[in-house]
Amino acid sequence: MTLSGWGLFPKHAARVSAPRNEDRLQALVAEGDGIARGNGRAYGDSAISTENTIHMRHFNRMISFNEKTGVLVAEAGVLAADIISGFLPRGWFLPVTPGTKFVTLGGMIAADVHGKNHHVDGSLGNFIDWIDLMGADGKIIRCSPRKNKELFSWTLGGMGLTGVILRAALRLRAVETGWIRQTLHPTPDLETTIDAFEAAQDATYSVAWIDCLSKGAGRGRSLVMLGEHATLEDLPKPRRRKPFETGTKRKLSVPFAPPTGLMNGWTVRAFNALYYWNGTRNAGEGLVDWDSYFYPLDAILNWNRIYGRRGFAQFQCVLPLESSRQGMHRLLEEISNAGAGSFLAVLKRMGAQESRFSFPMEGYTLALDFPVNRRTLALMTRLDEITLEHGGRFYLAKDSRMTAETLRHSDPRTEDFLKMRDDKQRQVAFMSAQARRLAL
Amino acid sequence: MTVRPVLILGARSDMALAIAHRFAKAGHPIQLAARDAQSLSAERDDIALRYSTEVSLHDFDALDTGSFAGFVDGLPSLPHVAICAVGLMGEQSDNETDMSAATTVLRSNFEGPALILSELANRFEARGSGVLVGISSVAGDRGRATNYVYGSAKAGFTAFLSGLRNRLAREGVHVVTVLPGFVATKMTEDMELPAKLTAAPEEVADAVHRASITRQNVIYVRGLWRIIMLVIRNIPESLFKKMKI
Repeated sequence: MTLSGWGLFPKHAARVSAPRNEDRLQALVAEGDGIARGNGRAYGDSAISTENTIHMRHFNRMISFNEKTGVLVAEAGVLAADIISGFLPRGWFLPVTPGTKFVTLGGMIAADVHGKNHHVDGSLGNFIDWIDLMGADGKIIRCSPRKNKELFSWTLGGMGLTGVILRAALRLRAVETGWIRQTLHPTPDLETTIDAFEAAQDATYSVAWIDCLSKGAGRGRSLVMLGEHATLEDLPKPRRRKPFETGTKRKLSVPFAPPTGLMNGWTVRAFNALYYWNGTRNAGEGLVDWDSYFYPLDAILNWNRIYGRRGFAQFQCVLPLESSRQGMHRLLEEISNAGAGSFLAVLKRMGAQESRFSFPMEGYTLALDFPVNRRTLALMTRLDEITLEHGGRFYLAKDSRMTAETLRHSDPRTEDFLKMRDDKQRQVAFMSAQARRLAL
Repeated sequence: MTVRPVLILGARSDMALAIAHRFAKAGHPIQLAARDAQSLSAERDDIALRYSTEVSLHDFDALDTGSFAGFVDGLPSLPHVAICAVGLMGEQSDNETDMSAATTVLRSNFEGPALILSELANRFEARGSGVLVGISSVAGDRGRATNYVYGSAKAGFTAFLSGLRNRLAREGVHVVTVLPGFVATKMTEDMELPAKLTAAPEEVADAVHRASITRQNVIYVRGLWRIIMLVIRNIPESLFKKMKI
């Protein structure tokens, strides 16, 4: 069948199996060139193997939960959405969450996802107690920060290339309500935006929507959104009786992909102007339900289709703190001059992180989508170069087009990753289309 | 929230488990019944954890009809809703030549399901409430060369459900007949099925849950099947016997 990631680019004809038990999974791993696939929310080709894509949808059971410690043990195919619907009513939330709840536990671990609280809590890996991993020999190894810790640290952010994640123990976060106390700060340019982030180091959650198309004095104007889990006292009295009930919202859906997409310089510019103006009107504090706060795009099913049938690519890099101001300025300049950019551009301050192959580092990350065409692909290559010049690196869960050379230049850890892959036949057993492209 | 338990017979199938999830989500305690029920403990834990509800496991063999009365008496409480998802397709070619294979198919799809629902129906009638759901099949709407052994057993089950509904209509007990059409499950994993006619197990589960509340009588999960089967039922026999469908 034809497979792609969330960006609908690139598309590959791939053989897909969905094993129902460990014996069958073992047999598939033994065939080689396998890669586990969760809910297909990586943007590019991370979870595609043309020869042997292993769909984990049947490994989707919750195994145990400790009401005292908040540790959930679950199979890799369990969705973040299921964890929330199961445990938020009991006062627990994900400790770290990406921008969609339609991701699997296995996928989140493989990408070592980060969230709006990265500057405080780090990536998801900090909340994983252990992982059961099926290696190239078909044996299942439990790895943790104490036992088999090398394997554990390579598996976080290892994009499924260390083995198949079967089960994991995840420490959930205790919350009093399903609401977020949000503060919205409009900032007129990039300097002010970064200043706002630096001043908000104590906020639990921080993220900015950034206008990538405005030029001149308004370049980098943003809406900085800070958030805290609302306590019971933060809620208006009538809501306190049922603090986890936030109501269900109607879902919109994009029914089909138009041939060329609806996103172009004009529509995005108009949207951005409107969005910023609306933000300045609503500046200040307010209560937002968890779903709208963390997952605004999940409300539009199949939103990936709005870029058209050819799909889109997401560019996400992180720059070290010391070169962030200058580097982000250069990136925005390049993007706004090209007049190509999406309304989904996000800027975020990241905290310090030591890890084997995970994406985050202390500094600033910028993420935005481009419809795929020759012009935007060329633009993204220029953005790669600017990122390299400033000592930054790229998020593999979003990547669909980078070259092996760019990866090596951006990330000196690649060499050790390859050594790890060379060991124990991992390179033979596990291979995604992305790993092949990046020569991993 | 509700405390009315739901019994799922033949709980191992993808469809049955999806139905169990749907009712658990609505707050019902769940009784999962199948052969070697203990092997469903991972499913039990999963459902119990996700929906904070009680899930119990019960050994049940649809071919051991003598055990049915004892089985029902042994349940922790008489369920409010009982769903029979027992079924076995078999291979039509085997069913034509191997009479014991055919017997198993006929008994698994008709005798067992009908008798266990009878056992439950009598108790529901005495109580004066409850919903019985039988998962039958569009294959029972008309016998075809490719699966008539399975289809005829399902036809019998459909007729049985219709009669049972008629009998209990004034006794406060409702009977739902479900004709799912193609469903993407383990049973059909290796078949090439038309997407428009193929429901996900969760779709069947939603339909069953809805029907148990709104008291629908006969449901086709995907509406298109109602039209297709209407056409197929009305093809004259002289023509039908020569067709390959």
